[in-house]
Amino acid sequence: MRIITGNDLKSGAVTWWTGYDWSLHVEDAVDAGDQAEAIMARETATCRVNNPYIIEGEKTADGVRPAHIKDRIRALGPTVRPDLTLKPADPEAREWVI
Amino acid sequence: MYRYDKYDQAMVDTRVEEFREQVRRRIEGKMDDDQFKPLRLKNGLYLQLHAYMLRVAVPYGTLNSAQMRTLADIARRYDRGYGHFTTRQNIQYNWIKLAEAPDILADLAEVEMHAIQTSGESIRNVSSDHYAGATADEVIDPRPWAEMLRQMTTFMPEFSYLPRKFKIAVIASAEDRVALRWHDFALRIVRNAAGEIGFEVFLGGGMGRTPFIAYRSREFLPANQIFSYLQAVLRVWNRHARRDNIHKQRMKILVHDLGQEEFTRQVEEAFQHFLSLGEDFPQAEYDRIAAYFEPPAFEQGLSDEIDLSDPAFAAWVKQQVVAHKAPGYAIANISLKPVGGIPGDISAEQMELVADLAERFSLDELRSTHAQNLVLPHVRKADLHTVWQALVSAGLADANLDLVTDVIACPGLDYCSLANARSIPVAQKIVERFADAGRQADIGELKIKVSGCINACGHHHAGNIGILGVDRKGSESYQLLLGGSGDEDTTQAKIAGPGFDEDGIVDAVERAVEHYRVIREGGERFIDTYRRVGMEGFKEAIYG
Repeated sequence: MRIITGNDLKSGAVTWWTGYDWSLHVEDAVDAGDQAEAIMARETATCRVNNPYIIEGEKTADGVRPAHIKDRIRALGPTVRPDLTLKPADPEAREWVI
Repeated sequence: MYRYDKYDQAMVDTRVEEFREQVRRRIEGKMDDDQFKPLRLKNGLYLQLHAYMLRVAVPYGTLNSAQMRTLADIARRYDRGYGHFTTRQNIQYNWIKLAEAPDILADLAEVEMHAIQTSGESIRNVSSDHYAGATADEVIDPRPWAEMLRQMTTFMPEFSYLPRKFKIAVIASAEDRVALRWHDFALRIVRNAAGEIGFEVFLGGGMGRTPFIAYRSREFLPANQIFSYLQAVLRVWNRHARRDNIHKQRMKILVHDLGQEEFTRQVEEAFQHFLSLGEDFPQAEYDRIAAYFEPPAFEQGLSDEIDLSDPAFAAWVKQQVVAHKAPGYAIANISLKPVGGIPGDISAEQMELVADLAERFSLDELRSTHAQNLVLPHVRKADLHTVWQALVSAGLADANLDLVTDVIACPGLDYCSLANARSIPVAQKIVERFADAGRQADIGELKIKVSGCINACGHHHAGNIGILGVDRKGSESYQLLLGGSGDEDTTQAKIAGPGFDEDGIVDAVERAVEHYRVIREGGERFIDTYRRVGMEGFKEAIYG
């Protein structure tokens, strides 16, 4: 699946295109398919999100996961500070990054 | 330390308000990121993997307690309770909100700090010896010269659109505590036979994708000609630099392409031109700035005795405390490399404690180091035990300076948008593997440096053992390098062989260290043994 990600303009937080808006949670990401480029162009013009780009992802039993480790780390937060991730205190949070 | 006058303060305050307006326009959608990016970078604001990152300048690594308290306050109010000291002696915050960035800069301005020249194609924050003004082995305090260069180069039109970043370091001792020859423009203050102050000049160093050790272009440059010489170097670089290719824009590439002899010839030619303009510092200006760096009023008649009856304290003194130029005083190094910690990270509470210690026990001075540690430069020996106890209570009393666990590491893929692999977990696993104090002491001096990408922010080229994280088909892989140094015996590390995974690289480091322990002779450090026997024996031990 093709998912769209970027960084929120105001907070810099990693965001994911949900089909109608942006979410902090990768699980909310949808397959943008062949509309991805058009969505990206439209969203770039709104200036809400910095540098949106398309990545490969897949649906797993645990939810949507980016294909590349870099975007999995972006989705979770730093693997070395579990208290700062989007799943704070979850001992297994790091597992799905690696 | 240097203090702003009304002109300095006005410039920084104006810059803050200018940026506030730029941020407002960006948030209102009146600029896109391509337009805004160079503006935010001019103010040290990056967009990293998870959030905006603000890099704050710590000129030549010198801070006072009020500044450190402000850094702590910023960590608590605008970030997530911590900051990260970098290999350029700066501090960076990883979780900044765009709208609050101008407020942070305004807070910094109140304590005479800023984020100018911490990013972009500029002359970066000038680095210097973290023992400056405290150590007996310096010719003079190098910081007035670093400050003069900072003042002369900040906002200078010719330096506002450089081909690429440009890094300057200044030291004044034979011992190199700043990785001097890994800089574009490196100065060592020396005296000539007549007793005059001047600079030994090195040009064209740098790490990254194409590492070069700076070559010596001048054995002795009269000190009062330094600005003409710097202008000449930058003029030649500006004239020829490969602005068409981002990988070839650094000055080190031009030096390599032209050759050291031709580059020097052109610099000398331009130098004569700039000398004729008479733009160098008048002595009065040097005197004005140097007055800010006059040694503090050290107490007289202090004892040099230290009660070392407490073994844990004695171990800390042995490793973390070095000689001071004034009788009865010592330089105390504070480790930011605890087991389980992140190299260079420090919490707001720890910053405040260190600020208190500096105020009470170090004549209000602090230093940050290129090895991502802190220094209390002027501690009475009689106060060392009290300082140590406070550091123990704050988790800052690790006694590992320059040992195997004093690992330098860049933020890597956990934070950095340029990185290909994580470097912090590798550093943490190495520190855990060698956590035993007795084992560390037996191994002795060993500098391990970890980078998460080829840009080498973790100085892997200068590591006795260097580690470079790379992307191998979507997975992290780590190359092992041996034989590097950022000290006065500067050398470039070489790749030992095929890469490893995260656990494999830790095992490989251990095999290299154990091989050293077997074959070392006398009091050899790891680097000495490597230089004596070469790569082959180590390769066999590492790869079998």
